[in-house]
Amino acid sequence: MIHFVVHDENDSVGVVVVEGVKAGQELTGWIMDQDREIKARAQSDVPMGHKVAIRELKSGETVIKYGVDIGRTIAPIKVGEHAHVHNIKTKRW
Amino acid sequence: MDLSKATFRGYKRDDGRVGVRNHVLVLPVDDLSNAACEAVANNIKGTLAIPHPYGRLQFGADLELHFKTLIGTGSNPNVAAAVVIGIEDGWAKRVADGIAAAGKPVSCFGIEGHGDMETVRRASKAAKDYMQWASELRREERPLKDLWVSTKCGESDTTSGIGANPCVGNAFDKLYEHGVTLVFGETTELTGGEELVAARCRTPEVRDKFMFMFNRYQEVIERHKTSDLMDSQPTKGNIAGGLTTIEEKALGNIQKIGRKCMVDGVLDKAEVPSGPGLWFMDSSSAAAEMVTLCAASGYVVHFFPTGQGNVIGNPILPVIKLCANPRTVRLMPEHIDVDVSGITRREINMDQAGDKLLEMMLRTANGRLTAAEALGHREFVLTRLYESA
Repeated sequence: MIHFVVHDENDSVGVVVVEGVKAGQELTGWIMDQDREIKARAQSDVPMGHKVAIRELKSGETVIKYGVDIGRTIAPIKVGEHAHVHNIKTKRW
Repeated sequence: MDLSKATFRGYKRDDGRVGVRNHVLVLPVDDLSNAACEAVANNIKGTLAIPHPYGRLQFGADLELHFKTLIGTGSNPNVAAAVVIGIEDGWAKRVADGIAAAGKPVSCFGIEGHGDMETVRRASKAAKDYMQWASELRREERPLKDLWVSTKCGESDTTSGIGANPCVGNAFDKLYEHGVTLVFGETTELTGGEELVAARCRTPEVRDKFMFMFNRYQEVIERHKTSDLMDSQPTKGNIAGGLTTIEEKALGNIQKIGRKCMVDGVLDKAEVPSGPGLWFMDSSSAAAEMVTLCAASGYVVHFFPTGQGNVIGNPILPVIKLCANPRTVRLMPEHIDVDVSGITRREINMDQAGDKLLEMMLRTANGRLTAAEALGHREFVLTRLYESA
């Protein structure tokens, strides 16, 4: 069963595609572009559609999704942690 | 899906364009004429009034866009004939003349000097004649290339970028090969991915025009913004759905133009494309504004991928909604024409999802009502460029 989807293997985040992901849960992810699976342990509850970090990110680091820059972290993010507006901001506007 | 021999049954109009609906439109030039138009539509069954709040004291480029949008809407091949009503004769005639230039039967009426009741009486007679005439028009078999297909997404979330938008991209790639006329837009929603679109432009001239439109819109944002737009772009719904930044939203948005098709040309708002291929139209990212502009440019079928569940429709342009979010499909099924949530479960691949959408496109073109049509969604929203005088 797939719990989250990653667009590209170079991405720093994946998207949870099932409801009810809880902290501590072992998650299986599908990397679409390379068609392979990875594992991550959820560090927090993550709603469906929201992102989990699949690599360790320092504060101020660029976040990659679709293999492209989608913004910068404003706090450190651990693997398996919920990654959203509380720890990522736009670089534009 | 083999589209090489694909056809649909549409209404061939006098200007050579082909429609998939057969509306008799009762079109107000301004807000003051809405009541008369709605009275005509109430008198003559089957006609369609499209009320809107603008058309007074506009000037310059904003007024030109107003006329262009009304004329484009009345000229759209999904419209068989139009009755135009304005408070004054002059602007009503200007809109009607524009529609007549497309070879469309059209009559216009000014309210001043007559009042609503006399105007409604005379306009109703014209509307009745058009309605009976249009009822005898018949669909005929047409090649796929006669179809003009637009796209714009709404209430997107991360499942849009994973499933629904690349599904449109897959369908666009397939339609592009067969000479279909396609369009995408949403200028601000390319922010963060504009270089990817620029790289897909067919020629340096197209790329320069695209970047000019993109930068022009960025200047509007820079001039008026009071924050980083985190409440409006992405929207609250986008953020609830897991989208974090405009860049992330843009990259999901760009999935709609597929992987193969090139951007062949750039249109200003409501401009009519001059040939087949994929066009970029400078436009707002607000759903109803963008879809209204697509209809005014002459598009006859629309692909609308949604994540969190946008319910939009348009009076004359059938809006086909597709969704890859399993929760939205479960909670709002009456709004979804094509369920592609199987992508997120790895049950179907993108090629199969694209085919599912194309099959629904052909059924819609042949007359099947979309969810938005059956539910009575007729959002007609004119784009304004600045204040009235």
